[in-house]
Amino acid sequence: MTQASASTKSPHSSGKPSDGLSDDTLRKWLYDMQLIREFETRTMQAYQQAKIGGFCHIYSGQEACAVGTINSVEHDDPVVLAYRDHGHALARGMHPRACMAEMYGKLEGCAKGKGGSMHMFDKPNWLFGGHGIVGAQTPLGAGLAFAARYEWEVLGKGKKKVALCYLGDGAIDQGAFHEALNLASLFSIPVIYIIENNGYSMGTAINRHTANSDNLIARGQSYGIKSIEIDGFDILDVYDHFKPLADECRDLQRPGFVDLKTYRYMGHSMSDPQKYRTKDEVDTWKEKDSIAALASRLMMSKSDGGRECLTEDDWKAMRSEIAEIVRDAVQFAENGTDPDVGAELYSDVYIHPVPNLSPMGDYIHGDKNPLL
Amino acid sequence: MTTMTAPTPPGATRHEHPALPGGYAVPDFDKPLPPREGDREIQYREALREAMSEEMRRDERVFLIGEEVAEYNGAYKVSQGMLDEFGAKRIIDSPISENGFAGMSIGAAMYGLRPIVEFMSWSFSFVAADAILNNAPKMLYMSGGQWGCPIVFRGNDGAGGQLASTHSWCVEGLYANVPGLKIAIPSNPYDAKGLLKTAILDPDPVFFLESERMLGDKAHVPEEEYYIPFGKARLVREGSDCTIISWGRPVNFAAEACERLAADGIECELLDMRTIRPLDMDAVVKSIKKTNRIVIVDQSWPFGGVASEVISQITEQAFDWLDAPPVRVNTADVPTPYAKGLEAAYLPNPDRIYDAVKQCTA
Repeated sequence: MTQASASTKSPHSSGKPSDGLSDDTLRKWLYDMQLIREFETRTMQAYQQAKIGGFCHIYSGQEACAVGTINSVEHDDPVVLAYRDHGHALARGMHPRACMAEMYGKLEGCAKGKGGSMHMFDKPNWLFGGHGIVGAQTPLGAGLAFAARYEWEVLGKGKKKVALCYLGDGAIDQGAFHEALNLASLFSIPVIYIIENNGYSMGTAINRHTANSDNLIARGQSYGIKSIEIDGFDILDVYDHFKPLADECRDLQRPGFVDLKTYRYMGHSMSDPQKYRTKDEVDTWKEKDSIAALASRLMMSKSDGGRECLTEDDWKAMRSEIAEIVRDAVQFAENGTDPDVGAELYSDVYIHPVPNLSPMGDYIHGDKNPLL
Repeated sequence: MTTMTAPTPPGATRHEHPALPGGYAVPDFDKPLPPREGDREIQYREALREAMSEEMRRDERVFLIGEEVAEYNGAYKVSQGMLDEFGAKRIIDSPISENGFAGMSIGAAMYGLRPIVEFMSWSFSFVAADAILNNAPKMLYMSGGQWGCPIVFRGNDGAGGQLASTHSWCVEGLYANVPGLKIAIPSNPYDAKGLLKTAILDPDPVFFLESERMLGDKAHVPEEEYYIPFGKARLVREGSDCTIISWGRPVNFAAEACERLAADGIECELLDMRTIRPLDMDAVVKSIKKTNRIVIVDQSWPFGGVASEVISQITEQAFDWLDAPPVRVNTADVPTPYAKGLEAAYLPNPDRIYDAVKQCTA
């Protein structure tokens, strides 16, 4: 085992935030997590069939992280992250069709086929990408929160927001992250850095890639930022610990830092032969599976501490419905339109193209993005 | 998406774009520019300050961030007095974290603000290379047209003053290669003000290249607001024997060389390109048709620099009009030396320009 055992701070004494969540909400979260799991399974198949190219990073296993944290903030709080982004895109509300079509390189994709798996952008859902360079999203996250604060404080418009910036445990070693933490603390920027700590920086285990690896929150604390550890496998735990932090960061307009312990079931990317860990290790983590755990809790009787708001049949029907939706998304992507070279290769390079920007000819405007 | 809009400058038209909350203003570039002659002589640095201040007064979304821009009044006194006028929320001292504050500003621009990011020297921009090259110019494309990046990066570019090898970069040689950005490079105070105002309004990322050596240069700068279009070279001097084109500080070296050459009976036509991307090739070709010879003066290194690109375009567009191969004058192809004499020889100085024209017109 390469990951330190999670320790969670105890929630406030007057009952847990998740106690107030309705059955409908929890069923929705189960649905959202299962959607991600099914979607990623189909994504892997498509990749193996060479329908999806380039790099492809699968989120399976980490579903509770995205669904739990994104559902702790408002729809118009900005979200930015790295390249393991299909799950967050779906959790934010991107239609599975747009997500799959993007990976298939089709015009109907969220970036008109010009971004790919690592660049899931969704303006109506306040998802600012999908970024390929490790750590590059961390100053961007500070900037989004800075601008939200500026809008509220200097322009006198808008409202108090928080921005969520996700990164992996590998990214905490990148210089940009430290610069971003410093700026966030100095300028009191309401960005929450959520480290989806799955214990590996690509193929290098955390105790080999980062010093002081069992105490990541010390890094946030060293910048004067409120820093907590959360077990990312139980979605109610995620909500119970993350929601109060998000509310506090929003209210006080201050940054936050979260070591969110999780585990990815698949390799770093589709090209990863995973020689650095054993199948036994993966299987042990699968026993804690978030989706199975939530389903079980929802099906469990109240006298046993469950919610008793889901039957086996309900759960089977839900999984069926999701499988159909994802099948539809794949079909939609298969039938999608390849971007026309004449119309889209030289488009969307400039908002205001003028003559003589390129020796190759003029830049043009392309089709409007299908999400807008 | 956001509530952020700003008043349109007088005479400008408002354009909408799905990627840009609040749209953007395009000045009336057909309106004649105010005269370049006059007696309101101010420094290049003051011209920059005026440009930023005028835009900031009208558009509250514009803010300035950089090292020492606020309480120090600017490492080179460009932003002097701006903290007093605009306050600490809009004139922001940053720590020495180029990657951090450049990336942060790009995020802010995506959200809908209009940042001006000052690099104390463009030499320091390499620390922020990932942000300014991988994020800003590519955001619109890789998001499929959802988000732009209306940002200005500005700072001192170029050698001189014995700043030696790590502080003397001319980044246009590298950065001009990247699609998605625009590059402006004024050679005098009048152009500095008009081009910077245009840069701030421009909805795309603009790299604005100034020069520490020119900050004290004085010239007439009109008090009124005016916007110089990108992609329009300025005819500095008319002539029919040889065309010289340049951009930035070397324009002034070239002007000096022109006087010496005129004394020798060689009348040069000098064009100040003012922007590199876009590049006013129409003006270049028009001039070559008249003179049939061209010297390109470029303060970057020669291998694959801007002059190389310009010569490629000249070959493509004006080949039949050339009576001699184009000649380029770059900085010497070495790291920047410290010793005064070596540095003077390193620069594309008037002597070297003189020699180049002589070679071209031989």
